[in-house]
Amino acid sequence: MNIVVLVKLVPDLVEELEIDSSGATLDTTFMRMIINEPDEHALEQAIILKEREGGEVTVLGPAIEDIDGVLFTAFAKGSDRLIKLVDGFELEVNNHALARAFTSVIRELNPDLVLTGVQAHNDLDGSLGPLVAEYLGMSYVGYVSGVTSSGDKLTVRKEYPGGLIGEMEVAIPAVLGIQSAEQPPRYVAISKVRQAMKTATIDEQTLTELDPSGGPTVSQMFQPQVGERAEMIEGDIDQIAAKLVELFGDLGVV
Amino acid sequence: MGDNIYVVIEHLQGQVSEISYVMLAAGRALASGIGGELVAILLGHQAQNLAGDLAADRVLYMDDPALAEFTPDAYQLALAELIKTDTPRAVLLGDTSVGAEVAGALSVRLEIPLVSRCSSVHAKEGTPKFVSQICGGKIMAEGDLPGPTALVTMVPGDFKAEEGQSDQPAEVTSIPAPSFDDLKVTLKQYIEPEVGDVDISTEPILIAVGRGIQQEANLELAEELAAALGGTICASRPVVDQGWLPISRLVGKSGKSVKPKLFLAIGISGAPEHVEAVTGSETIIAINTDPAAPIFDIAKYGANVDLFELVPALTEQLQGS
Ligand SMILES: Cc1cc2nc3c(=O)[nH]c(=O)nc-3n(C[C@H](O)[C@H](O)[C@H](O)COP(=O)(O)OP(=O)(O)OC[C@H]3O[C@@H](n4cnc5c(N)ncnc54)[C@H](O)[C@@H]3O)c2cc1C
Repeated sequence: MNIVVLVKLVPDLVEELEIDSSGATLDTTFMRMIINEPDEHALEQAIILKEREGGEVTVLGPAIEDIDGVLFTAFAKGSDRLIKLVDGFELEVNNHALARAFTSVIRELNPDLVLTGVQAHNDLDGSLGPLVAEYLGMSYVGYVSGVTSSGDKLTVRKEYPGGLIGEMEVAIPAVLGIQSAEQPPRYVAISKVRQAMKTATIDEQTLTELDPSGGPTVSQMFQPQVGERAEMIEGDIDQIAAKLVELFGDLGVV
Repeated sequence: MGDNIYVVIEHLQGQVSEISYVMLAAGRALASGIGGELVAILLGHQAQNLAGDLAADRVLYMDDPALAEFTPDAYQLALAELIKTDTPRAVLLGDTSVGAEVAGALSVRLEIPLVSRCSSVHAKEGTPKFVSQICGGKIMAEGDLPGPTALVTMVPGDFKAEEGQSDQPAEVTSIPAPSFDDLKVTLKQYIEPEVGDVDISTEPILIAVGRGIQQEANLELAEELAAALGGTICASRPVVDQGWLPISRLVGKSGKSVKPKLFLAIGISGAPEHVEAVTGSETIIAINTDPAAPIFDIAKYGANVDLFELVPALTEQLQGS
């Protein structure tokens, strides 16, 4: 099976986020971008499928920040081909623009299956997968946590709230939004990534224009105003523990 | 026509999902702010009874065997024509495993804008507005709802489900279904979640473990604390995705909603997908090293310390007391 994996970079939430002086976008000066976590699951699922059924995995991402590192890591994990889209990307490119950009490249690759993360935490104009699917004229199923293939059909496990699974049959070619891979994303040693940097090449595809239409315009961003933040328990560790034990008593749980 | 707000009702296995009522409540706020009607769209098969408690001005009901349970293709076909002809001001769908993929496809197919992760839609001086919750709940983004018709996917947030329920049934009009030949996605079966050893949705004391626990071996710390407290272990998604705990212990959008007397969150950031399922808890206490973690927004008490220091100390004191 010929699989394309789409990856997106998103702000690392471990770092403090700042809103820039316009008040309408994130300040990107010190922002660290990392691979969208569900995309990591999409990559894992693609490699699992390749190992099970043969084929090739191509990973595609926009050329921002450390995309090279992300792509070389994907190679070290077992993907075969790396492509980055260059030109005009800003950190805050919306998904409609990204989907249109990806679509032209995916068409050339003529895949049986396109996998991407079901969503990203900064999606403001819908998630990437359904947009790409519709531009490609393929079907889409999201919230997927398991894929098996038989001939020209896939059986996918789609997650609903409460742990309910819908088992769906999907004709290929198709796009799937992966929530979790069948197994946790594999770990790869830094030495293998370094080796990939030496042996793998990243193809570049140049874009003409990024068109953001289809998404909203943000007029203001703010940190959520909370009615009441938690009452913080202060002191050294033993004092905090003692205070918690006292609280548990007041709550009637001990 | 152009001022009406459509809400696509989600239902699963014969039950209207809670997000549908939340969307009706939000849709009402928007519709009354711009002087439009609130219209519920119900797609199903022999499902007209589901319209009974929808707090809408009208219900449009489309019946077809292909709509008995959700599949993305059938829902897209059903909605595309309707939205194109009626041109409502906004169409609200859940930011869920049902609504999200339908909204994306429709945005491209009909060339109309899409705004996702909205915790609120409302009108300010007659102008429709959205508020989206992004970056794991750390940032809110606000703007004018794009036009002429905006697709909006909604997360639980500012509106209460009860406000979307009514004991006076709205008028139901049947509308014709398009042809559903040649669907490329079909539902084979539902697989019910495996029943775990405990039902966390009814447990009174929950110790919830997040990615802050770092490795499987460290779960023992939380288990010892749970034993000392007489509580039960549950977890956020990353812990379950790693296979450290079964899915029956997952709290959140894709797991269970909980309502314990005490919810002790250890090393959990408080992402919206997690938080939406814990707000029914009587008391939430959070332990987290990040003072800006959104979990402190919903917790009653917090400790901004390292769990690897506090949890053993706490267990020890509980065992001694
Ligand atoms: C479609 C979809 C559905 C989802 N459904 C769910 C769901 O049902 N349930 C769910 O939980 N998530 C769900 N998620 C995932 C969700 O978006 C978050 O990624 C997840 O909740 C984060 O889990 P976490 O808080 O454990 O991890 P993180 O966000 O990584 O947070 C870890 C926290 O631990 C703290 N920490 C680290 N070290 C320490 C220490 N030594 N002491 C104290 N604190 C420490 C950090 O400060 C941080 O706040 C879903 C996501 C998607 C896309």
